[in-house]
Amino acid sequence: MSQDGVNQGRRTLLVGATAAVGAVGAGFLAVPYVKSWNPSEKAKAAGAPTSVDVSKIEPGAMIVAEWRGKPVYVARRTPETLGYLEGLNGQLKDPNNSNKEQQPDYADNLHRSRKPELAVLLGVCTHLGCAPTYHPEVKPEPFDANWKGGWYCPCHGSRFDFSGRVFNGSPAADNLVVPPYSFETTEVIVIGIDEENA
Amino acid sequence: MSNQKNTLMGWIDDRLPVTQAYEKHMSKYYAPKNFNFWYFFGVLSMLMLVNQILSGIWLTMNYVPSVEGAFASVEYIMRDVEWGWLIRYMHSTGASFFFIAVYLHMMRALLYGSYQKPRELIWIFGMLIYLALMAEAFMGYVLPWGQMSYWGAQVIISLFGVIPFGLGDALVEWVRGDYLISGATLNRFFALHVIALPLVIVMLVVLHLLALHEVGSNNPDGIDIKKLVDENGKPLDGVPFHPYYTVHDLVGIVVFLMAFSVVLFFFPEANGFFLEAPNFEPANGLKTPEHIAPVWYFGAFYAILRAVPDKLMGVVAMGGAIAILFVLPWLDRSPVRSWRYKGMISKIFLPVFAVAFVLLTWLGTQPATEINTFLSRVGSVIYFGFFLLMPFYTRMEKTKPVPERVTGGH
Repeated sequence: MSQDGVNQGRRTLLVGATAAVGAVGAGFLAVPYVKSWNPSEKAKAAGAPTSVDVSKIEPGAMIVAEWRGKPVYVARRTPETLGYLEGLNGQLKDPNNSNKEQQPDYADNLHRSRKPELAVLLGVCTHLGCAPTYHPEVKPEPFDANWKGGWYCPCHGSRFDFSGRVFNGSPAADNLVVPPYSFETTEVIVIGIDEENA
Repeated sequence: MSNQKNTLMGWIDDRLPVTQAYEKHMSKYYAPKNFNFWYFFGVLSMLMLVNQILSGIWLTMNYVPSVEGAFASVEYIMRDVEWGWLIRYMHSTGASFFFIAVYLHMMRALLYGSYQKPRELIWIFGMLIYLALMAEAFMGYVLPWGQMSYWGAQVIISLFGVIPFGLGDALVEWVRGDYLISGATLNRFFALHVIALPLVIVMLVVLHLLALHEVGSNNPDGIDIKKLVDENGKPLDGVPFHPYYTVHDLVGIVVFLMAFSVVLFFFPEANGFFLEAPNFEPANGLKTPEHIAPVWYFGAFYAILRAVPDKLMGVVAMGGAIAILFVLPWLDRSPVRSWRYKGMISKIFLPVFAVAFVLLTWLGTQPATEINTFLSRVGSVIYFGFFLLMPFYTRMEKTKPVPERVTGGH
């Protein structure tokens, strides 16, 4: 084919226009591919609340409930360990719950719970999502010689006090999340529902 | 345009340049004659890629990619499928041997400056292969759906969560396809592990080799063998890849396969380094294993992540440790390629870096005790120091004169 008399400007414009329209088409085509990775309707629907009987939890003991596939720690604190909470403030990253997203309003207090003795926390480390292990006893631990009880994450060594507040020097930046929960009766909590007796 | 030969090969060559390609890449590809031990690991990496593809295809014939079926199907392969245990161990142990070959292959490039001009693109394609390989290995480890599969996935995917402005959390949710690691995550990882990433890796290997054959292989002296040619235009210090290096490489392949077989048949789990004990327990989203650690080939980067006591900075350091490798060709300002002719600082720093990398790899598999964290910090400083100071020490130090002809060889 002869190259004589080719209008280069026009050819560039046509090539550019074709490429631009093609790119827009590819962009539209990408939408279903990208969006199909989002949580499905089935996954969205699987968020039902969970009821937990807390009457059998001895002081110092913890049970693990499952809510939306994640572990929820329900621990009954002793007056002794509650007494230590205030004194730990100086060693914590966020002792006064300044990150409001980590707990509902009714847990925005020193013990980060509705009832002081009952801790309800999402058992998901705010660092990289491991389940922290429960170390309730006040005794020297390998990771902290002055341990006053709480949780320790085995993955990367984040430490949390008995209110789920993160200690300085931990890789985690935020306190453990307090999930929405309420008391159905005095001994049964419902995780996933904010309102009392809802 | 017709070939002179009236043969079957001539007929094909008129329609597809088979002979031309064979000559360009095999019988008339001149490689330096002084390749040493380190030059086995490129072909060995390819060998392991073939091993992974072949054993992987056979594994998919019995594997069930679902939360309910995955763990049981792997046990089924191990116990009930004829020779299933061997094919599974060829794949799981093969992954580790793949990484051993790749790490030694990369070390070779560091020793002899194989990333320097004009081989920057070869290095970059190689790094992309390495990146894709890490993703491939990570997703493969999730598939048996054991405890370490689940919690490894939880930790690694959560790494994306550090991206600020809420983008990170949205990205994590998008990657998982759920509000937690679930069947949706498992199934998409299966698709990526079995189809998408192997295709990407194979294409990158082709590009890696095409780029290599365009500029020619480097050698332990870092000399450009194309400068001195005989009357036929053939490099004086080069030998045709086939038959010289094909036969030569067979020896390396046999020795490597002997080592592979010893591990495969006698220690397929390598005492928890290739397959970790918690992964023989089905995934449980409510209970993290006491000690969670990556498989050894991610150890160095995991140790760097843990060395930093801050979430965002830890992930940045880990990502940076991988990203900095990409720009290596532009960090090395030395006028010579091979460490044989570089100055004292390079000669000391490179082995120190290699030791630090091995140390970090080991630390990444160990619990985060105080002494381990301290050592991880030392190792991380050496790791980054080696690269970040490279533009300065490679320029400052006194290099030795590079000979005209390669040394050694046969």
